[in-house]
Amino acid sequence: MTMIELRDIKKVFNAGRPNEFTALYGVSLDIDGGGLTVLKGPSGSGKTTLLSILGCMARPTAGRVLFQDQELTSLPERFLAAIRRQAFGFIFQQFNLIKGLTALENVMIPAYPNGEKRFRIEGRASNLLDAFSLKHKALSNIEWLSGGEAQRVAIARALINDPAVIIADEPTAHLDSRLSREFMEAMLRLKGQGRTVLIASHDPIVYEAAGVERVIEMRDGMVINEAGAA
Amino acid sequence: MALRTSTTFFLFVTLQIVLLGIMAAHAASRKIAAIPQITEKQMMVRDYGLTDLCLFTEARYTRHPSLADQHSPFQDGPLSFEHFPSGTLAGPPPALLVRANHD
Amino acid sequence: MIDKQRNIIDFTLAALLRRKGKNAALLVSYTLVVALLASVMLLTQALRREAGLVLQDSPEMVVQKLVAGRYDLIPLEYRDKIAAIMGVSSVVGRLWGYYYDAGVGANYTIMAPTDSSIAQGAITIGEGIARTRKIGVGDLFPLLGADGQTKLYQVSRLLSSESSLVSADLLLMAEDDFRALFNIPSHLVTDLVLSVGNPSELATIVRKITEALPDTRPVIREDVARTYDALFSWRSGILLVILFSVVLSFLIFAWDKASGLSAEERHEIGILKALGWDTSDVLFMKFWEGMAISFSSFMTGVLLAYIHVFFTSSALFQPVLKGWSVLYPDFRLVPFISPYQIVTLFFLTVVPYTVATIIPAWRAATIDPDAVMRA
Repeated sequence: MTMIELRDIKKVFNAGRPNEFTALYGVSLDIDGGGLTVLKGPSGSGKTTLLSILGCMARPTAGRVLFQDQELTSLPERFLAAIRRQAFGFIFQQFNLIKGLTALENVMIPAYPNGEKRFRIEGRASNLLDAFSLKHKALSNIEWLSGGEAQRVAIARALINDPAVIIADEPTAHLDSRLSREFMEAMLRLKGQGRTVLIASHDPIVYEAAGVERVIEMRDGMVINEAGAA
Repeated sequence: MALRTSTTFFLFVTLQIVLLGIMAAHAASRKIAAIPQITEKQMMVRDYGLTDLCLFTEARYTRHPSLADQHSPFQDGPLSFEHFPSGTLAGPPPALLVRANHD
Repeated sequence: MIDKQRNIIDFTLAALLRRKGKNAALLVSYTLVVALLASVMLLTQALRREAGLVLQDSPEMVVQKLVAGRYDLIPLEYRDKIAAIMGVSSVVGRLWGYYYDAGVGANYTIMAPTDSSIAQGAITIGEGIARTRKIGVGDLFPLLGADGQTKLYQVSRLLSSESSLVSADLLLMAEDDFRALFNIPSHLVTDLVLSVGNPSELATIVRKITEALPDTRPVIREDVARTYDALFSWRSGILLVILFSVVLSFLIFAWDKASGLSAEERHEIGILKALGWDTSDVLFMKFWEGMAISFSSFMTGVLLAYIHVFFTSSALFQPVLKGWSVLYPDFRLVPFISPYQIVTLFFLTVVPYTVATIIPAWRAATIDPDAVMRA
């Protein structure tokens, strides 16, 4: 079942101005549900831009995005945000946790606009932190967490709304090899739960990991190669 | 179990609204309780023919602003300074400023 | 919907609590500014309303005589001339004046009531005089006469302290004592007090008086009412300065907010949007952020102002209210609150601050999160 379809996606930044820059030159892609896909390529290849568009964080300049056969490109912002919130979980390169708040509070944030009762959200968040062995750090401010702990909080946050798709952008950029491998194991577990996982990375630990079904190579805003399972 | 922050906030706001309500009730009850005093003052005004409240007793025109005219502040002397801050608080009577026909 | 807003409020408060010191200071200063403004509003409103009520029965018309710009005593034949004017139902001569008591440096208003209710040698004094001179009923009170002789009177009655606002500095004595003290011959009085049969005739009678007696100056009851209505007017003098300073303080508060978000705040909004908060969620968060501070400050400020004005008799304003007076009334006022003023205060304080919190976030809240994330 095709989860996400990209048809001829172009993305141009600062259109019409002197610093106009084309990040994507017409990318077409089908992502099936339940697989682990890696976007590989050097920085500037457009993989972060592509991830943003795949995850409804940015709109393409041209082209169409379909998610579960629903056209997203023309949806009003409110609906797009709801879909993004409920169907996608993001893990950012810089983690992007909110300083000054506890790990638990950070994990709960994506669920606030759902309109659920707080105790339910808190319960789920607690369980997630538990699953990542962070129960004892749930009420610590995130500034006091180590790099590995912060990353696990970021993953837990991405899972709070039980999303169908997990998207990670250069997740191992600030991690050592051991933590990088632990990360990939976590991603495999998520795939095992039936989620679709998309990772952008130029780290071999990521794209050569076991369980990666597809490696899509990008360069200069275009897909140049595709490989099956490593 | 600690209270949710928003609950604490709502309780605080509710408390403030309740206090404001008490304040309004207090004002209302004081107004009613003050009726005898107001009446007493009204009678004094009537009996002695008073024209002003006794607010600032420094000078004639601050003590009796209603009766003051253009010259009153200068009774003490043509170059006398205004009594501050009473003079600024009790401005000249509007009747003077409008140049009514009987002035 | 309610659950969603409560969740957003939880987040907003948690975010505010991150900077406890700064936000606490903001809360305190905001509250004090509101308290100051509200105190002024409550005080002036209470005084104006009380004046309006109490002075309802002040004389319909007072006629004074001017000589070379100074008030002079009025001869009783003026009274007879005025009595002859049609429409005037009664004219009475009044005796009153000022007395400067060098011993304490206070000014008294001395009156001889027209109903001759005070016995010779006796005086009735207001509570302000009693307080300043520290004397009571039965004590002897010396006054220096115009002839250089000290005359002694006995205090027979104290005017109530509840009537302080009209009577604090009053000293009432018998007519003969008054004339003897100030050396005023029997055919002269201080001014004349009139009542007219038909109030609509007032303007005509005023005209007739000024025509018949060109050196007189009538003051009508309406002038008195207008004087006190304009008292402590917003539009003049020291109150304008206070109002201006207060508005300036609020602008400074709001400036901190309105001058735009810091890079960190913008980044955080980008994170929220990336995590699935839509624009309205972010704007609601900003709304609650503004409201939490300004609404709490507003209510606490109003409560503090009420306590200040009506429980402590405007203790902090006393230096301004007393000025250089040695003798001043007891400023215990009746709480005449105007809901209109409270609402105006609300719109002057809560609304601008909340708006100043929301507006700068607007841009950040509406951009695609991707653009904010990259910045």
